[in-house]
Amino acid sequence: MIHQDSKTILEVSGLRAAVEGVEILEGVDLIVKSGEVHAIMGTNGSGKSTFAKVLAGHSAYQVTGGSVLFEGQNLFDLEPEERARAGVFLAFQYPIEIPGVSNSHFLRLAYNTLQSQRGKDELDPLEFEDFVREKMKLLEMNPNFLDRGVNEGFSGGEKKRNEILQMALLEPRLAILDETDSGLDIDALRIVTNGVNKLANKDNAIILVTHYQRMLNYIEPDYVHVMRGGRIVKTGGKELALDLETRGYDWVGVERRVPASA
Amino acid sequence: MSMSLVNSNSYLESLLRGQPRLPPSPLAWFNQLRANAVDHAGRLKLPTTRDEEWRFTDLSPLVRQSFQPALAAPALQAADIEHFSLAEAAIRLVFVDGKYMPQLSTPAERLGTRGLIVTNLSSAITANAEAIEPHLGQYARFEDNLFAALNTAFLHDGALVIVPRGAAIDTPVHVLLIATQPEVASHPRCLFIAEAGSEVTILEDYVSLNDAIYVTNAVTEIAVGDNAQISHIRVQRDSPEAFHIGNCAVSLAHASCYRSVSVALGARISRYDLNTVLDAEGAECAIDGLALINGRQLADTHSSIDHARPNCTSRQLHKCIADGSAHAVFNGKIMVRPGAQNTDSAQSSRNLLLNAKARIDTKPQLEIFADDVKCAHGATVGQLDSEELFYLKSRGLSGTAARNLLTYAFGAEIIDRIPIASLKYRLERTVLEQTKKTEP
Repeated sequence: MIHQDSKTILEVSGLRAAVEGVEILEGVDLIVKSGEVHAIMGTNGSGKSTFAKVLAGHSAYQVTGGSVLFEGQNLFDLEPEERARAGVFLAFQYPIEIPGVSNSHFLRLAYNTLQSQRGKDELDPLEFEDFVREKMKLLEMNPNFLDRGVNEGFSGGEKKRNEILQMALLEPRLAILDETDSGLDIDALRIVTNGVNKLANKDNAIILVTHYQRMLNYIEPDYVHVMRGGRIVKTGGKELALDLETRGYDWVGVERRVPASA
Repeated sequence: MSMSLVNSNSYLESLLRGQPRLPPSPLAWFNQLRANAVDHAGRLKLPTTRDEEWRFTDLSPLVRQSFQPALAAPALQAADIEHFSLAEAAIRLVFVDGKYMPQLSTPAERLGTRGLIVTNLSSAITANAEAIEPHLGQYARFEDNLFAALNTAFLHDGALVIVPRGAAIDTPVHVLLIATQPEVASHPRCLFIAEAGSEVTILEDYVSLNDAIYVTNAVTEIAVGDNAQISHIRVQRDSPEAFHIGNCAVSLAHASCYRSVSVALGARISRYDLNTVLDAEGAECAIDGLALINGRQLADTHSSIDHARPNCTSRQLHKCIADGSAHAVFNGKIMVRPGAQNTDSAQSSRNLLLNAKARIDTKPQLEIFADDVKCAHGATVGQLDSEELFYLKSRGLSGTAARNLLTYAFGAEIIDRIPIASLKYRLERTVLEQTKKTEP
């Protein structure tokens, strides 16, 4: 929901980033205020997933220029874990499997880390069990997912639900959902997006990174941005996504410089 | 024997001399066994890194110390060792510095199973000589194994477990060997016999009450009868300054099953040799191991699985985790004898290096002399996965916490195979604590 007097959560100016010496982001500008939902769309290789990972602090990506302020603080002064504790959350496109660590142990560790950071009480295993089971209902998840290894042997849809479950537990100020719709069948998409909608409120903000308009039928964005060649080349309302769905990406931003692809 | 050999053995001679004279047994065969071992111990050399089987394990720090047998063991109270007790283990044998402690033990006579013997070897050997003689000293060969020879030469006491035909013992047997005194050498000797069709779970647990320098030279022999099953858990959490030499020899009869999980956490230098002979058709073994070491520790595991007969199955997963400047060694030999057709064997050695100064040497060895066999083996050495670390950090975990959790997960695959829940839980805590200590 757009409110002109909302607080700015994220301010990205001229962000440039490279991976293994090849520049992928070539000057991204974006302002995200609390309560807003932004969709970043684009073809494969446009830089949208790189943008998500740079915000989360993945070490494979080097920031080569520009700035990112998160609630007024220089995001690049923070390690990935400090960003998480400050309220940045990335739902991974490909969540990592960690055999040998039970999902409940992992979720509780993450939850308690943030609780203690926020000066709140940590939960013991029994208290957490009750708490997380409540949150799992939001995503129609079977409680036996708690006893399995983290994402181990989960289907694509189960992994994505587990990501949004973490979002529900960690209550970030800024959630970046990297292609959360990919690999989901229509039922799983409905469940996952329904969960996200319930978690969205006036104090947080969501960036949806997606290739397809499909997810935006369920989560209504306030802004749609089109990324191409490592920068945002067009910004519009939710109707822009429908244009992209019918017309494709080729017509967008052709007047802009299109750099050699990475 | 040449003079130079005798000189290099002066250390061993002093060790042999230092032992009190053991009183002769009324059993002639037992006295003969010891005498043979004394003879061999006097002739064998202390292995050096020039010996292929010891090329990574330098025993010179052991030679620089002098060790004496424990003259008396301290009178420990139950409360002193409470933290080692396991809720599930209704049967427990406690040895302190090699000496049996009846007041701390719960031998098997308090259990209803008729014919079950769980007690200390020295008190039961005369009465049960007929059951013991065919096994004691028959599997742990000492002709070319100095430490087995020394243990047999000093053979006096240890745990004795005899599970009678057809009995399934539903409580684990806890053999707790506690070291308390510095500069002590102990030579515990255990014998586990599962008669035909019986089942038992035995935990052999080496612990210490302090950081003393001592040497434990243990030998365990295990006989698994026809259709019998033994689950054998061996935990070595000795003092970080101690020396631990362990030899275990297992013989499997027709359609029997031996499952082993060994975990090495302690000792400055530890060496464990586990030799399993699949000596009749249809036998199977699953042998898993974990070494988790740090600082300047060295942990060397040598295993041998001998497919002596056809139609046997073996599975082995061994993991090493080395931090600091620790050095882990794994040598796993699989032997398929001529005629051992339809052998099914799989071995995997997986290793995690946590520090540039740490070192892991792994050597899976297959020797196949039959033509209709299925044998797979492999080894990997790696570091923590950077994508996994990033995933955990992106959820707020510190770099240290993320490393600990992944290290723990790597080791947990082995610990999860321990069939005693409270021990599993305790070891998982230990592994988490130990990985925390390793952080800079």
